Amino acid sequence: MLNAAIEIAFVLVAVALALNIYRLLVGPDTTDRILALDTLGINTIALLVLYGISSNSTAYFEVALLLALLGFVGTVALCKYLLRGDISE
Amino acid sequence: MSTATEFIISALIVLGALFVLLGSVGLARLPDFFMRLHGPTKATTLGVGATLLASAIFFSVQDSEGISLHELAPLFFLFITAPVTAYLLAKAALHRRSSGRNSGQPAPKSKQLPGQH
Amino acid sequence: MRAILPFPRLSLMVFLLWAVITNAASLGQLVLGALLAIVIPLLSRDFWPAPPPLVRPWRALRFMGVFALDIVTANWRVARQIIGPLHRLSPAFVEVPLDLRDPFIATLLGSVVSLTPGTVSIHVDQQRWVLLVHALDVPDPQALIDEIKERYEQALKEIFAC
Repeated sequence: MLNAAIEIAFVLVAVALALNIYRLLVGPDTTDRILALDTLGINTIALLVLYGISSNSTAYFEVALLLALLGFVGTVALCKYLLRGDISE
Repeated sequence: MSTATEFIISALIVLGALFVLLGSVGLARLPDFFMRLHGPTKATTLGVGATLLASAIFFSVQDSEGISLHELAPLFFLFITAPVTAYLLAKAALHRRSSGRNSGQPAPKSKQLPGQH
Repeated sequence: MRAILPFPRLSLMVFLLWAVITNAASLGQLVLGALLAIVIPLLSRDFWPAPPPLVRPWRALRFMGVFALDIVTANWRVARQIIGPLHRLSPAFVEVPLDLRDPFIATLLGSVVSLTPGTVSIHVDQQRWVLLVHALDVPDPQALIDEIKERYEQALKEIFAC
């Protein structure tokens, strides 16, 4: 049952990633693209966690944590750039 | 692992992935940027949260290792950062709209767009 | 005591976070976590605003329970709106007048509102004390304002006494 659930989840998250990439390519505005990139990062965390469960390994946890941290910092930096034309204050 | 826990983990995984998909459907489908913001901030966060919870339960009931709580760290982190991301993106979008740099953006569907903030 | 632990709650958070990340694997990790819980607040003390006093911790726990349930129900609502016909949605910007006057609590309220009832908070106006939110579907803005004020702002005001 668990393996079937993970397979289903993999498919669902893959479709989600494709939809994010659609929004990333179509835009229309830069903020849409940043939102798509941020969502892409968060969905990748879900994918990594699922892969960790299916391969019965906790090694992917740190990757997921780092991805969450870096994704957030990256999104904040991009938003700051749009707001001020500059990243540092 | 008993059947009951396996069922709970499987349900959390499938529900989590469903919400992740819903967030992205919202992102791809909704017509206006401020509406698109809703999918990723709520549905995706809950979806990834459910997946992380499933992972925490899964590794806790494995016999070899002890209780596994470290999935809670990214879970809290995501729930704290999702509103901040949405807030900053909304501010950036308002800023771009008010300064007229939104090339090719159709008129906002939302009513009563506030002015300069 | 205040010289070593200027922010006891922050120190407790750092310690718990370290314990959670390392799965509290060994006594050594816990000692390291305690060290970090002392050093990090001391190094970053200039960055933190004065935190408002937490007067009702049990009320805070209950609020977190209500909040967790609300996240699930709000997601159910948003999920139906995303899948359903889009022309029936009436999105709008709504201004919620605030009674609280603390920047930290206002930020907390903004985050809570972003995660729960079909709304994303966009701006906290600290001159007029108004929270600007964008809602996916508001047939009745006044009902939404009342819901946010009664359900979340009132609770936060009671918890932090401001």
